[in-house]
Amino acid sequence: MMSDLQISAGPRKIVIDPVTRVEGHGKVTIRLNEAGEVEQARFHIVEFRGFERFIQGRMFWEVPVIVQRLCGICPVSHHLGAGKAMDVVAGVDKLTPTAEKMRRLMHYGQVLQSNALNFFHLASPDLLLGFEAPVAQRNIIGVIEAFPEVGKWAIFIRKFGQQVIAATGGRRIHPRLCVPGGVNQNLAVEHRDALRKDIDRIIQWCCDALVLYKSFVSSHEELHQTFASFPSSYMSIVGTDGAMDLYDGALRAIDERGTPIFEGAEPVQYCDYLVEEVRSWSYMKFPHIRSLGRENGWYRVGPLAQLNCCAFIGTPLAEAARKDFMAQGHGGPVHATLAYHWARVICMIHCAEVVKELLFDDDLQGNDLVVSGERRPEGISIVEAPRGTLLHHYTVDDNGQVTGANLIVSTTNNNEAMNRSVTKVAMDDLSGHEITEGLLNHIEVAIRAYDPCLSCATHALGQMPLVVTLEDADGSVIATRVKE
Amino acid sequence: MNPRILVLGYGNPGRQDDGLGPAVATAIAIQEWPNVTAYDNYQLNIEDALDVADHDVVWFVDAARTGPAPYFVSCLSPALGIEFTSHLVRPEVILAIARQYCGRSPTAFLLGIRGYEFDFLEELTAGAMENMEAAFAMISERIRGAQTAGET
Repeated sequence: MMSDLQISAGPRKIVIDPVTRVEGHGKVTIRLNEAGEVEQARFHIVEFRGFERFIQGRMFWEVPVIVQRLCGICPVSHHLGAGKAMDVVAGVDKLTPTAEKMRRLMHYGQVLQSNALNFFHLASPDLLLGFEAPVAQRNIIGVIEAFPEVGKWAIFIRKFGQQVIAATGGRRIHPRLCVPGGVNQNLAVEHRDALRKDIDRIIQWCCDALVLYKSFVSSHEELHQTFASFPSSYMSIVGTDGAMDLYDGALRAIDERGTPIFEGAEPVQYCDYLVEEVRSWSYMKFPHIRSLGRENGWYRVGPLAQLNCCAFIGTPLAEAARKDFMAQGHGGPVHATLAYHWARVICMIHCAEVVKELLFDDDLQGNDLVVSGERRPEGISIVEAPRGTLLHHYTVDDNGQVTGANLIVSTTNNNEAMNRSVTKVAMDDLSGHEITEGLLNHIEVAIRAYDPCLSCATHALGQMPLVVTLEDADGSVIATRVKE
Repeated sequence: MNPRILVLGYGNPGRQDDGLGPAVATAIAIQEWPNVTAYDNYQLNIEDALDVADHDVVWFVDAARTGPAPYFVSCLSPALGIEFTSHLVRPEVILAIARQYCGRSPTAFLLGIRGYEFDFLEELTAGAMENMEAAFAMISERIRGAQTAGET
């Protein structure tokens, strides 16, 4: 209904097992039909299921620290997601102002630096140097050579975000802030003052990045609108007033015209609105909106959804940028897949503005850090991680041990959408039976828009980053290309 | 003058032998040798280039799914690249960023320690532990030798 693309279950059941699975971080399979046309494409991320096993049997207060291992890029999102869920388990529904704002400061600093990493390191080479630029040039170093200022923004926005994390979590790597019912420290004045010195420059660089991005859009309008794109539904949390809120709120989902599918859905109600489907050929689950069913209920999350779902942004520079952005949708959502990057930069601006507001809020120097309540057997939370909606759900026994855990991570939410983007690229670019350098490039550009997580993946030497396989209608391999 | 040495171990200790890199970095860190910095993370990130540029010698320490046991060492040079996800950053790219942006290109080595099991467990296998001990002995000797000689 939402697109003319059809992602069917496929003509043959594919069973993934440890023997056949690719030894790489990602695998794209393109299946042709009898006529030799692209029938479907699938993007697999290996080693994805099973990370809940990290958590089962642990004491509930340990979990906010343990779950940081789920993601090498945004451990803070998992830390805060678990922290919020364990607040519920601890019987706490409202934190002290100091605790709430400390967590928000950490979260917005994290989203800022993570979005900066994606935009500058992954997206800017494609956007600023061109999709077809040689691989030897199309990388962050090529960007630094061509746009020296951009390299500075990339490293120092990222570093600033890390400093926010260190100031709130005690250290840059493996930070610890959340405890059930609150936080373990406030913001030291010396850290606050150091961050205040840099924040205006950070905001300006984020705004400069937006100008740079818009220059790409204005010179590539058709490409920007059509590349790997399709109409879809979207989902994110928003504040009670409809404002963008990346830390806390209720779920809102809209259809391809912008009409609400549901809104005001509290985390505890997620099973009423979402279904998690397991498919035999993938390690990833396929969540969908219950009321729309398996075929039509898929949706997108992440910066594009965060912009499409909110009614407004509560900081001035980002709100002005949002209005400009939404004009692309002519009254409805913006569907361009490359617009993920545009939305990502607007979120960076918003995060930087929120960080500045918090740095001038005296509540962060308060000493009322933790509240307690009556223990509960279950806790559910949702945050907007840099790559989209992240849900943590735990059950805990009377001894305080975690007996069950269910996590829906951003990349899982985007699972079907990534398949469709890759399929669109394959339909547009595949010619004959050769996986060309150009096709591989375009597949990567499409995937980079979503920046999929490799949650709890290993990073050991000896794994290929990406493998693309072309199969005929019988499932026989026609060609394979490995991204070296 | 003693060289400033950085040992950067990376991997996921919750995935059995993928924790080899962090294990070595932790073992080095507790020695508190002068002019030696060691830390670990789940993966490399671009801002590691700033730390790398602040040192004369850098050891990147990672687990290896393949290759010789107990470990191998290779010299690294700056190299360019782009991946499909920000979860993947190679040490050569970190060196390239350090050289291009910070104007520093330290001597760099990759220490790959052979691992065998990568399941969801928080402990090294016995074989990996043996390999880690051998690797730790080697890198300790190299570090102390560099400090004694004032060169690498």
